[in-house]
Amino acid sequence: MMSLTLRIWRQRDRTKKGKMVTYHVTDVSPDMSFLEMLDVLNEKLILDGDDPVAFDHDCREGICGSCGLMINGIAHGPEQATVCQLHMRSFSDGDVLDIEPWRAGGFPVVKDLAVDRSAFDRIISAGGFISAPTGTAPEAHSTPVPKKNSDAAFDAATCIGCGACVAACPNGSAMLFTAAKVSHLGLMPQGQPERDARVLKMVAQQDAEDFGGCSNIGECSAVCPKGISMETISRLNHDLLGALRAGAVPMS
Amino acid sequence: MSCVTVRSPGCHVGTGLTFGLVATVTTQPAQRRAPKTGRFDSSVVKKTVMAVSGIIMILYLLAHMVGNLKAFSGAEAFNSYSGWIRTIGEPALPAQTALWIIRIVLLAAVVLHFWAAISLWRQARRARPVPYVTKKRVQQSFASRTVRWGGLILALFIIWHILDLTLGAVNPVGYDSTPYDRLIASFSNIPITLFYVVSMVLLGLHLRHGIFAATQTLGQTNKRRERAVNGLAYVVAGVITVGFLLVPLSVVFGLID
Ligand code: HEM
Ligand code: SF4
Ligand code: FES
Repeated sequence: MMSLTLRIWRQRDRTKKGKMVTYHVTDVSPDMSFLEMLDVLNEKLILDGDDPVAFDHDCREGICGSCGLMINGIAHGPEQATVCQLHMRSFSDGDVLDIEPWRAGGFPVVKDLAVDRSAFDRIISAGGFISAPTGTAPEAHSTPVPKKNSDAAFDAATCIGCGACVAACPNGSAMLFTAAKVSHLGLMPQGQPERDARVLKMVAQQDAEDFGGCSNIGECSAVCPKGISMETISRLNHDLLGALRAGAVPMS
Repeated sequence: MSCVTVRSPGCHVGTGLTFGLVATVTTQPAQRRAPKTGRFDSSVVKKTVMAVSGIIMILYLLAHMVGNLKAFSGAEAFNSYSGWIRTIGEPALPAQTALWIIRIVLLAAVVLHFWAAISLWRQARRARPVPYVTKKRVQQSFASRTVRWGGLILALFIIWHILDLTLGAVNPVGYDSTPYDRLIASFSNIPITLFYVVSMVLLGLHLRHGIFAATQTLGQTNKRRERAVNGLAYVVAGVITVGFLLVPLSVVFGLID
């Protein structure tokens, strides 16, 4: 069993100023996930009549992307995985951990550690879709896709929209997320009709949401739980310049 | 729209399921912000402006560096090189045509580069209004961290450099001297030389990151090319830094006088 000191960002809501508050948790098993450790803290806070710490989570199996936390200055903590997949054995008895929300203009704090990530939804709705007839699924082999492209598209499609890239980026840029979404559709034949408009609209939306521009630092990819690579951003840049050359206009 | 359902990401705030207790906070998600639609509002387009103007400056610097090395062939060779730049194309073209074309292109490159840098810097500041209490670096290089402040110092350097060696305004022997005399006068002065040395090291760092960044911005990097692009960045940055440092350091150590 481990004991830890936690310094957690507490903020009542978007309009109030927040601050770090210190808590102690005991009886933490190394087999607990980080979120279970926070559950233990919250049980104690509730029993003490205190306000439990708000944090986002849903699937707790590394696929929904809602559990983003900054742990000791690293997005999702010391392992390159989501916080729900991070276990307390990655820490030692007596550790002092700073826990903060994602900090970005585009991710306003809702309460404590929970941020509003709906800006990502708006980037997606700006262009992260294809037009396809619904109804019977077409025969899978009717549209051949080169293996190289399908592999790269699959890699890009593993992005779970967790926002760690934004949180880690010194510019608060969402370019890795945007690039993953632009690439996974743009590499497939089904994504071609909207390809030019998609990249222009999604980049314009990422800029409008108070995310920064990319300056090729690479912190995003280093913390991405899905290992989305910087190559994806190069592909986005390539697509955007291609779209402008082809005469597509950035409309909303 | 308000989010009250447990499964809407970004809105559901849980306190843990151990008690079967879910505190749900209702929030109004921020309004969709209308994106700006001008071509030059796009951060990627601004970066492209930065990359293209940066590459123009690099090409110029390579030529400039080779020119400087003429100082090793003595005062006469150096001064006549400086005279040659002013007479390229004569008599077909009026005197100084080439020089002025180079000056105008470079001025445009510096101004555009600076504009894009400041504009992206401001965007980045808006993007992180509240700083982290604790933030660690996972992989960023020193070079990538210093582009902005390093770039600002380079801007001051460029202004000083023109006042010193082109206009002679801040030069110890002033304008009424040959280019070679001004060169020797500047680098016989230790504080001025130190400023040049520091600036060239910053330039090297700027280019080490900048060359990789420009390749990435222009959409030309991928996993296969990564090593080659980084290698190129090191080589070009190294050649430019060393090439520019040779002349001032040779003056300081008396190899040129
Ligand atoms: C006027 C002073 C300067 C300032 C304020 C400045 C600032 C900057 C900044 C902030 C970046 C962005 C870095 C990034 O996005 O990763 C950058 C990139 C770059 N700079 Fe400069 N810089 C200056 C001078 C120069 C000079 C003299 C050169 C070349 C000889 C140069 C070449 C480059 C290149 C190639 C890039 C990469 C462009 C890209 O991001 O794609 N810069 N500069
Ligand atoms: S690119 Fe990676 S870090 Fe960014 S949102 Fe997608 S999965 Fe998360
Ligand atoms: S809770 Fe779903 S990824 Fe962590």
